[in-house]
Amino acid sequence: MDSVIFSVSQLTKYIKEIFDYDDVLNDVIVKGEISNFKLHSSGHMYFTLKDNDAKIRCVLFKGYSSKLKFIPEDGMSVIAYGCVTVYERDGQYQLYCRKLEPEGYGSLYLAFEKLKEKLYKEGLFSEERKKKLPIFPRKIGVVTSSTGAVIRDIINVSTRRFSGVKIILYPAKVQGEGAAETIVEGIKYFNSRDDIDVIIIGRGGGSIEELWAFNEEIVARAIYDSKIPIISAVGHETDYTISDFVADVRASTPSHAAEMAVPRFDELKFKINSYQETLYKCLNNKIKKDLLYLGSLHQRLMNYSPNNIILQNMQYLDNLRNKLEHTVLQKLTTSQSQVELLKTKLLNIGSNVVLERRSNFSVLVGKMDALSPLKILKRGYAFVEKDEGIVKSVNELDIGDDIILHFCDGNVKCNVLEKMEVNL
Amino acid sequence: MKEQLNLNFEEAIKRLEEIVKKLESDNLSLDESLKLFKEGIELSDYCNRKLDEAERQINIVLKGSNGELIETEFNFEEE
Repeated sequence: MDSVIFSVSQLTKYIKEIFDYDDVLNDVIVKGEISNFKLHSSGHMYFTLKDNDAKIRCVLFKGYSSKLKFIPEDGMSVIAYGCVTVYERDGQYQLYCRKLEPEGYGSLYLAFEKLKEKLYKEGLFSEERKKKLPIFPRKIGVVTSSTGAVIRDIINVSTRRFSGVKIILYPAKVQGEGAAETIVEGIKYFNSRDDIDVIIIGRGGGSIEELWAFNEEIVARAIYDSKIPIISAVGHETDYTISDFVADVRASTPSHAAEMAVPRFDELKFKINSYQETLYKCLNNKIKKDLLYLGSLHQRLMNYSPNNIILQNMQYLDNLRNKLEHTVLQKLTTSQSQVELLKTKLLNIGSNVVLERRSNFSVLVGKMDALSPLKILKRGYAFVEKDEGIVKSVNELDIGDDIILHFCDGNVKCNVLEKMEVNL
Repeated sequence: MKEQLNLNFEEAIKRLEEIVKKLESDNLSLDESLKLFKEGIELSDYCNRKLDEAERQINIVLKGSNGELIETEFNFEEE
């Protein structure tokens, strides 16, 4: 067998790896008593866990130590969750804790988880089953201790928000033996009355053991069976109990519960008054709108009133009359102008006729003048008279006849000497 | 108001909200509107009165000698 020589580091590293690959050491729960507890200024906690026969060094780093719900101290029995590994520099194995619980807590926690799961499966936490809180509770039933800050906080907050609220306290034991039973009695008592609007159950902060009554199944079932809405206010903000899950509403603190239960008087008043205002506004609007519509209807109706029809007809009549007068007048003027026209035409015609006649007459006169025998005689002609008749042919004359020759300015007596016929 | 005597505050507020919504929806006859308006005003008066009437009172339930539960005034300040 070859002997290998390790350095210290190598050996330590080798040991550490053995620890690190071990399933049990990687995730271990250890029960023991704290000793040599030191809270370092860095926030890390160093201590030793021991029992009668052994001890182990432990570290709880700041990230985990800040989440502790209690302050560890020497002599305290705790359960530590974490892993065991080697701190190479010191060559020591240590328990690196992730979580610390006071002993006893573990079993309670398990019981809590078990009951929670059971009730959850039964539907006790179902949202549909949760009742709504009344807007304006007149009487609030409170199940809590008659001494202590809880009832005082509830009374203070309630009366500050709404001085008219009535609070009835059912004094209950909120921790220790028989506490769960008195809480159940309180819930049942308020349910037996018919004037309670909301129930607050609760208590102040404390350890899990002190809050335990609110994790009891009988309390959970009483809450579930309550016909009155229940606000559960147990412990501080970070504490959750079964009651919180079953209750209709969970409040982080008793003061918070009172805030939830009791409305603010001024807010309610404001709400009611704003509704009233809206009512007035709605009605006013409605009336205004109706009036407007009525006005338009009235207008439309008036358009058909007899009076209006008469007026309209009168106007129409006037129109007609105007038209009539206008037409007649026009006709009249047209006729007049026609008459005028005819008159002028007539006059024209008349004067034309006279002129025509006149010219015809002078033509005739001219003609007559031209035809006058005197005129002819003036041109050098003469006519022959025999036996007081006018001779028109040579044949009427014989040689030796006495004749008279008529000139335009006198006569001469003549004797026919010879006859000479002319063949024309 | 007689018809509202059997309404509690929550019911009255709820009815008041309904009435306001209805009136706002605007397709109501004048008669209906007036009726609702009247009812709404009565309800809001009623609610206001209920609020004003309420008085502070803090009581405690105590077990009597026979084990019966008795409600009596609780004077916290004296505790």
